[in-house]
Amino acid sequence: MRKKDFDVVIVGAGPAGLAAGYVLAKAKVNVAIIERGTFPGSKNVMGGIFYRKALDDLMPDFYKEAPLERHIIEQKLWLISEDSVFSTGIRSEKFNKEPYNCFSVFRAKFDKWFAQKVQEAGALIINETVVKDPIVENGKVVGVRTDRPDGDLYCDCVIAADGVNSFLAKSLGLREKITPNKVAIAVKEIIGLPENVINDRFGVSNDSEGVTIEITGPYFEGMETMAFIYTNKNSVSIGVGTIIEDIIEHKVNPNDLIEKFKTHPSIAPLIAGGETKEYLAHMIPEGGYYAVPKLYTDGFMVTGDAAMLVNSVHREGSNLAIESGKLAARTYLEAREKGDFSAKSLSAYQTKMEESFVLKDLKMYRNLPHLLEEKRYLLTKYPQLIIDSMYNIYNVDGVSKPDKIKAIKERLKKDFGYWNLAKDMFTLWRKLG
Amino acid sequence: MIKQDITQYKNVWVFIEHNEGKIERVSLELLSKGAELAKDLGCEVCAFTVGDKVEQFAKEVGEYGAKKFYIIENPVLKEYRTEPWRDAIVYLIDKYKPEVALIGATTLGRDLAGTVATKLSAGLTADTTALDIDPSNKNLLMTRPTFGGNLMATIFCPDNRPQMSTVRPGVFKAVKNPTKPEIIKEKYDITEDKIVKKIIEKVQTGEEKVNLSFYEVIVAGGKGMGKKENLKLLEDLANVLGGTWAVSRKVVQAGWAPQSRQVGQTGQTVHPKIYIAAGISGAVQHVAGMKSSDIIIAINTDPEAPIFEVATYGIVGDCLQVLPKMTEMFKQKLVK
Amino acid sequence: MHSLVFIKQVPDAAQVRVDYETGTLIREGVPAIINPFDTHAIEAAVQIKDKFGGSVSVLCMGPPMADEALKKALAMGADNVFLLSDRVFAGSDTLATSYALWAGAQKVIQEVGPVDIFWAGKQAIDGDTAQTGPGIATRFDVPLVTYAVEIKEVDPQARKIKIVRLLEGGTETVEVPMPCLITTEETLNHIRFAPLPYLIKAARTPVVLLNSSNTTIDASQCGLKNSPTKVKKAFTPPKRERGEMIEGSLDEIVNTVYAKIEPMLKQLGKV
Ligand SMILES: Cc1cc2nc3c(=O)[nH]c(=O)nc-3n(C[C@H](O)[C@H](O)[C@H](O)COP(=O)(O)OP(=O)(O)OC[C@H]3O[C@@H](n4cnc5c(N)ncnc54)[C@H](O)[C@@H]3O)c2cc1C
Ligand SMILES: Cc1cc2nc3c(=O)[nH]c(=O)nc-3n(C[C@H](O)[C@H](O)[C@H](O)COP(=O)(O)OP(=O)(O)OC[C@H]3O[C@@H](n4cnc5c(N)ncnc54)[C@H](O)[C@@H]3O)c2cc1C
Ligand SMILES: Nc1ncnc2c1ncn2[C@@H]1O[C@H](COP(=O)(O)O)[C@@H](O)[C@H]1O
Repeated sequence: MRKKDFDVVIVGAGPAGLAAGYVLAKAKVNVAIIERGTFPGSKNVMGGIFYRKALDDLMPDFYKEAPLERHIIEQKLWLISEDSVFSTGIRSEKFNKEPYNCFSVFRAKFDKWFAQKVQEAGALIINETVVKDPIVENGKVVGVRTDRPDGDLYCDCVIAADGVNSFLAKSLGLREKITPNKVAIAVKEIIGLPENVINDRFGVSNDSEGVTIEITGPYFEGMETMAFIYTNKNSVSIGVGTIIEDIIEHKVNPNDLIEKFKTHPSIAPLIAGGETKEYLAHMIPEGGYYAVPKLYTDGFMVTGDAAMLVNSVHREGSNLAIESGKLAARTYLEAREKGDFSAKSLSAYQTKMEESFVLKDLKMYRNLPHLLEEKRYLLTKYPQLIIDSMYNIYNVDGVSKPDKIKAIKERLKKDFGYWNLAKDMFTLWRKLG
Repeated sequence: MIKQDITQYKNVWVFIEHNEGKIERVSLELLSKGAELAKDLGCEVCAFTVGDKVEQFAKEVGEYGAKKFYIIENPVLKEYRTEPWRDAIVYLIDKYKPEVALIGATTLGRDLAGTVATKLSAGLTADTTALDIDPSNKNLLMTRPTFGGNLMATIFCPDNRPQMSTVRPGVFKAVKNPTKPEIIKEKYDITEDKIVKKIIEKVQTGEEKVNLSFYEVIVAGGKGMGKKENLKLLEDLANVLGGTWAVSRKVVQAGWAPQSRQVGQTGQTVHPKIYIAAGISGAVQHVAGMKSSDIIIAINTDPEAPIFEVATYGIVGDCLQVLPKMTEMFKQKLVK
Repeated sequence: MHSLVFIKQVPDAAQVRVDYETGTLIREGVPAIINPFDTHAIEAAVQIKDKFGGSVSVLCMGPPMADEALKKALAMGADNVFLLSDRVFAGSDTLATSYALWAGAQKVIQEVGPVDIFWAGKQAIDGDTAQTGPGIATRFDVPLVTYAVEIKEVDPQARKIKIVRLLEGGTETVEVPMPCLITTEETLNHIRFAPLPYLIKAARTPVVLLNSSNTTIDASQCGLKNSPTKVKKAFTPPKRERGEMIEGSLDEIVNTVYAKIEPMLKQLGKV
């Protein structure tokens, strides 16, 4: 037998890998996390929203010491056209009470902090090292090969947490090649603004309260696009994510999308006078439930974005990553009891995932990606109709309200037909429900 | 920190760097500057050095205004070696107590100054580009670039003497101001067996050592010159303009030109009347060495290149075309 | 062979920008790196260890966050790393810095053993003084070899080392006994891509913290107050105005440029 370097090798020090590493290290497992960046988070320079629950289960009250920006007290959804915005959302004082629901974070800072905790728990984190291949013997994954000299590592089990492009999951045949309709490209910027300006513009009373705005609508010309603005302490994160297939079809450049978006009459004032501090483009797996691969094979489990675990409707990803990392680690601990790291033994991970909120949530929205792909007007005509109708109703121009409603109904009938409308509503309801 | 009686210290001393029987230009530049400082301080500018046969330099240092010339001669000190030179110099300084000691910021000067200052527990300011006397308290004000020239700092040394500084070559002008210096020759005993460092071999790189700061026109090329052979275009234009050619560090790193031609933070600082930058991006470290040129002409294919931020005239174009064209056209105009 | 390398953590000077309005440097978001020249010193020390055995210690004086630089040094193959961090050192000039490093090095020697070669970078890219290495050598009273471009020969038996160093317009080869202090040029070596076992060892090795209470450092010889040189003022050099872009055909451009510089050429007596 070849020497074993570690019990477990985790590839990738993002939320998924760090969560798995934390659980294993706490259980005194000899675990190494291999990260290609100069430090965990270094490749994730920018801000996003982090949900407390999944990590709180592992590290109670972590939010009291972690480097977080603002806790979110209001989440808005905007439908935008060239000149208008229709806004809905929820703001609640319940979100303003500990232990809080979610936070804006800078991944570079947050991941670094998280990694520190994982190291303190006893895991080794090895940076600036790229995993090139799994080492497979007799059909079993027994280690990884890195790009470093003397770079092979042998172990009982490999946990892939290497993000959306997961080379490992692909090379083991668990995942197919990503198709452009299953991933979005997100372009983000950090725009620096003084704290009090952010507080005023977003209507919060101090620099620990934050707001998120999710934005879609006909402004994006029928592309499956979700834009966002999140408040950090003294900056806002602004971004536009679009399904790659649409980018190709519409022959647009993602950079131009964000540049144009920043000039929208309702967006521009929110960021006016700010200075772009950082810039990043990243992919998001948006294939939903059907894109999730088989999560294990002999000596191997796949977690987080590597397993396409992103709930794009609710822009949840990091919490799914943490949950999956945790469950993979627990599966390993059970397998170790039995001394069996075969696919059969590790299939318990799949079961745990099916029972967790992760796959349950994704399952609920399983048909949505397909639906949106087929019925593009759900992204254009409907929101446009909502925006126009609201405008008409609020615009006092001498036309009576009954006449206005009548005009809206006529447009509905003309543009969609009542029957189609009813059918769409029904499908949407069924697919989501 | 040891308290000194600083009133015992007097005169401005300039270290005379020499190599193969020749004085380094920067030492003469410093004598001229030293004379100005001495005037403000109401004292004398003096030269000092150590070596084998150094008395011969008396005439030349006199030409540049040195009132006194302090020397130690010993065959063992013929070639520069840090430790024996340091000890001899420390001996001179301890004995005669100058209030200011200036040393050229050359390879040798930088090697020497740090160790001398440490032995003396003196304050040392590196790579100074301006020297003034504070009229209120007669302290020497030494201004120097840091952060690759992005920030300037004025340093002074209130409680310790001598106030030491290394000064970049080419910053001050050497001006003749003939006197006949008094020679003060100190005996300092040192024998070869006491010196642990042995020089095994010296290799002169083929190229004459170039002092870029002598030239009023410099045609410099960067990585954008494409290949070593193309550096000829720089030389051609420089010849027409009666100047010399220089390069960026990337060119040195690529092995196309010797380090002695490099302009910038880790190369030479130049202040020509005309600096032509061809295929140079304009990194801060490069700009640090040339930004006080009177006229800067930048040629770069990239309109966003930072060099245009400092250029007096910018040309967006291929230097491999622009340079020969300039040579051709200037030749007609200049040869009259 | 025991090497002790002095490394400094510096802001990546290439990324530092000037805020001309306030006359200060914009350091925000500028990554801190190991002074580039010092990485070559580490590499040289590790190569000697690989060849002759022994160990490499690294000492850095700086704020607590400088432990990142030391972690990097470990990943490059260093064995013991020490961070000298204490308020009393803040504001030290090169004389005080070389004192603190010398005194800190005594502790390293006490813990790891006598040093054969001390190493420093030729200069730090933030301060650009190139004085600290010579200062430390002086305090240890060991021969100083600056601007090393090649380690030609190491003889552990005779305890001698031959080094090629850069001169203006040439090089010289010198031989010195060990211990000695060498300052490194970038061309001394290529930083290797460290083997994985180095990184694993690095992840397991703690940074040893040194301060004024666990060393014999005399606080009255360091820090701002005890540095002979003081900063009177710091300012940004005046910004050069962005000049004029010359456009047109190649001929037109060259003609225009000539017309622009003709007065200067006349003044220089070239026309
Ligand atoms: C623009 C954008 C906005 C988002 N917003 C949110 C949000 O608001 N809320 C939310 O919950 N989620 C959000 N997400 C999703 C979330 O970021 C991801 O779901 C989450 O980071 C997944 O974690 P992970 O650990 O699986 O992967 P990652 O965070 O991608 O980590 C993978 C790690 O593996 C390393 N790695 C990859 N390959 C190798 C290799 N071969 N060898 C060594 N190391 C390797 C990488 O460097 C990286 O550090 C957003 C995503 C994007 C792109
Ligand atoms: C500690 C330190 C010290 C340094 N010290 C110095 C120093 O003293 N001096 C120094 O120069 N650098 C120094 N540097 C390096 C500096 O940061 C830059 O890397 C270097 O100056 C770049 O050289 P360059 O402009 O020739 O090359 P590049 O940055 O590669 O630029 C080449 C330029 O040529 C242009 N170009 C390409 N083809 C053509 C063409 N056909 N016609 C016209 N333009 C063309 C390109 O657009 C580009 O702008 C230092 C760096 C460090 C870290
Ligand atoms: N704070 C420090 N800690 C450790 N080494 C240092 C420190 N400052 C300077 N050095 C060393 O001295 C060299 C020259 O620095 P400087 O004299 O500042 O240009 C550096 O390359 C380092 O090797």
